[in-house]
Amino acid sequence: MKLSLYSLVGALALVCTTGCVNVKPWQRGTLSDYTMRADRDPLGLAQKQHIWFSREEANGGGGVGGGGCGCN
Amino acid sequence: MLALAFVALTLAALAGWKSGDVLPDLSAQGLEGKLPEDMKGKVLLVDFWASWCQPCAESFPVLEELHKKYAAEGLVIVAVSADEKKADMEKFLKKRPVTFCVVRDAAQKLVGQADVNTMPTSFLIDRAGKVRFLHDGFHGAETKKKYVAEIETLLKEKP
Repeated sequence: MKLSLYSLVGALALVCTTGCVNVKPWQRGTLSDYTMRADRDPLGLAQKQHIWFSREEANGGGGVGGGGCGCN
Repeated sequence: MLALAFVALTLAALAGWKSGDVLPDLSAQGLEGKLPEDMKGKVLLVDFWASWCQPCAESFPVLEELHKKYAAEGLVIVAVSADEKKADMEKFLKKRPVTFCVVRDAAQKLVGQADVNTMPTSFLIDRAGKVRFLHDGFHGAETKKKYVAEIETLLKEKP
């Protein structure tokens, strides 16, 4: 009984791992594309920040810069 | 399960080009573009880069400088682009024209074989065709200083 439970958990864990993908350093072209940037539209960003500021208690901390290429 | 993960991680760590490995024949990798004809017995700098990578853009003027300084002594630079779109590579090169060899690994086969940890990554190959030095990333003057020292060491060695 115990063994079959372990097997079931193991099988489930194996099934779950198939959903994981490692993006290799040379495959990050799409991630580092301009359209993936959160700040690509300055007006939209200002509006969003205004809404967060007006309605959310938890505000700020959104100023992390950099692209998504993960270079160097 | 843990043992399997350990084995997988160990195998992953063993993959890729390391110091002492023999460089595979670049002409058999299906690279787009023309490779230099006289690579045998030369010191080779193989640089993996991509147009979307900012440190790669910073490294190009330095590579050009090294090419101009050491080509006559036997240094050959091969910059291998991992760009998926040829147009992206061409746009990059139009902005930063270089005189050393640039090819494209369209199928990302060679870069996968080298299994680089970051972009850019460069390998210095000695006259016997063995990988001797590896550079993860490009860190400006610090990397340039290392390149110069390593290239001069390799150029002094006899074929």
